[in-house]
Amino acid sequence: MDQDEKLDQQQKERREFLSCLGSAIACGAAAVAANASSAGAAAPAINEGIPPIPNFDWSKHRWAFGVDAGKCIGCLRCVEACKRENNVLPDAHHFRTWVERYVTLEGEDKARIDSQADPANIEASGSEGHYRFANRYKDAKVEKAFFVPKLCNHCTHPACVQVCPTGATYKTEDGAVLIDHTYCIGCQYCVQACPYGARYFNEEKGVTDKCTWCYHRITKGLQPACVEVCPVGARIFGDRNDEQSLISQFIQNNRVQVLRPETGNAPNVFYVGIDKDVG
Amino acid sequence: MDTFIHASPFTGYVYPNETVIPWTVLIVVYPYLTGLVAGAFTISSLYQVFGFTQLRPVAHFALLVSLCCMITVPLPLLLHLGHPERAFNAMITPHVTSAFAVFGYAAGFYVILLVLETWFVFRPQIVEQSKRQTGLLRWFYKILSLGSDDISEKAMNYDRKWLFALAVIGIPGAHGLHGYVGFVFGSLKSREWWSSDLMPVIFLLSAIISGTAFVIVLYVASCKLRKVSIDLACMKIMAYALWGFMMFTLLIEGVEFLSLVYRGREGIDVILEFVTGPLIIPFFILQFGIGSVLPLIVITFMIWRGTSGAALIVGITGSAILVLLAVLMMRYNVVIGGQEISKTAKGLIAYTPPVFDREGLAAAGVVLVVPLVLLSILVRLFSPWHDEHKVA
Repeated sequence: MDQDEKLDQQQKERREFLSCLGSAIACGAAAVAANASSAGAAAPAINEGIPPIPNFDWSKHRWAFGVDAGKCIGCLRCVEACKRENNVLPDAHHFRTWVERYVTLEGEDKARIDSQADPANIEASGSEGHYRFANRYKDAKVEKAFFVPKLCNHCTHPACVQVCPTGATYKTEDGAVLIDHTYCIGCQYCVQACPYGARYFNEEKGVTDKCTWCYHRITKGLQPACVEVCPVGARIFGDRNDEQSLISQFIQNNRVQVLRPETGNAPNVFYVGIDKDVG
Repeated sequence: MDTFIHASPFTGYVYPNETVIPWTVLIVVYPYLTGLVAGAFTISSLYQVFGFTQLRPVAHFALLVSLCCMITVPLPLLLHLGHPERAFNAMITPHVTSAFAVFGYAAGFYVILLVLETWFVFRPQIVEQSKRQTGLLRWFYKILSLGSDDISEKAMNYDRKWLFALAVIGIPGAHGLHGYVGFVFGSLKSREWWSSDLMPVIFLLSAIISGTAFVIVLYVASCKLRKVSIDLACMKIMAYALWGFMMFTLLIEGVEFLSLVYRGREGIDVILEFVTGPLIIPFFILQFGIGSVLPLIVITFMIWRGTSGAALIVGITGSAILVLLAVLMMRYNVVIGGQEISKTAKGLIAYTPPVFDREGLAAAGVVLVVPLVLLSILVRLFSPWHDEHKVA
């Protein structure tokens, strides 16, 4: 079973659970209407909102993601790993994660920015399914240069969740923002609402898609694919409820910042080593 | 993959996922149609509620125009959805914080209201036809009369009370529906081009002018087709309404644009690059110049000179056609323009709509023709005219 099927299976289980929960609530409500005093006894036991993932209790975790931009070397292993792990469309227009390159040349005020999806970089890689940064600044006098990995910020107040007309995209108890692909109508209002460009429309499935922090992996104690493959430890993931976790240490020991705090979305991807041009 | 994706070229830096525009020309057509609904309903209500008797020749016709456009409104949305068969999810399990979730209910309520009002307006005609017609048509009108064939003066007085009440509820209903469409765009903080408190007001005012212009054009066309004379008093008052609402629309649009530039927040450089570059033809020339200022000058000139007769009809109709173009361009410049300015505030996307595609120009054109087809059927079943005796 590949990871996509696993995720689908988990979503199916979650739906079944929610269906049971809905029935339980309906039964409870009916019992209340019939006899308020015996309602508690009549309603079946409710599983306290915990999804049926073996050995996983989402109420006991608070996931967060860290990016140490100073460490990123722009190798783009993370992007390729994400595409494979999550069956992301293999082209230069659909990404769950991407890497931006900021280069300030001598005498210039603003950074020149590109990502692996830039046509010049696609040309250098030779394929829309393989990624590399073209060495386009080799003859220029570079004053400052750095890479910034980007992904869904799994915001505390996600604008995408706010605007979803059906509730197909939702915030989990442990902090991830997910999409129920079996319920999404494909209106793309969430794509518009995300200020970070983290969402895209999957034309093959007719639904929107985005980074899940590899929810199918993290709920089994694994790391997200992009974190797993990063050769320099520029991506950090973990549980903020665990004070000894790498992410807790990362946030405690660094002066972290988030992208576009003025939106009020309260992102949960924390950055170190980014510059004023990064947004 | 190529058959699915229409990626657009860009300049500067844009997020990789932004190169495929999420909302296409179908979402341009959607607010255009709701605008026509609100505008045509306004014309109908000016007669029904506020007693503008000069509008009598078009009052019932405007109601049918409004109904036909409203029936078509869900079509562009359904064509756009990735899973149109799940559209009812938004009504079965509406997510209450979503501006979009309200649409199904607001539209549903308004369709019921329009259908009810149309039924009351045409009830005497339905009853009369159910007695006069033969065969299938007789049954059609008989069923539509809902078993009520009382058209005595007492019954008509009762109907008039209902009509007044429905029209009164319909005014905030129609305008609320369209103001809400403006809110769908204006409430998004992710796009500087859309994020404005004035957006619902701009949508609303432009809706009224587009609906009025649509009724003018269709009324003139229908008179020519039916070979009856055009009521000049009616044309004049619609031209006054057009002039007044256009002035407000231009003022509010101007204030909104000025505020955007004057605030000069992050991304203003790119917005100015956009406005003074790709937007010169669609915005300054088509929407503002030819579509808004020119008709305003023409109508002002005609009012000043007291133009009458055929010249007045040609002038008003020509102006109305230009206004229809201006409002369509306004919708395009808002919906598509907003997406051409990257969320990075550091780049521009150059979107060219495909012609033959599920969301292409041809599909949008077909959607815009649907209300006309519906209207041509409805005016034959329910005659909205009071002027058959006047020969041109």
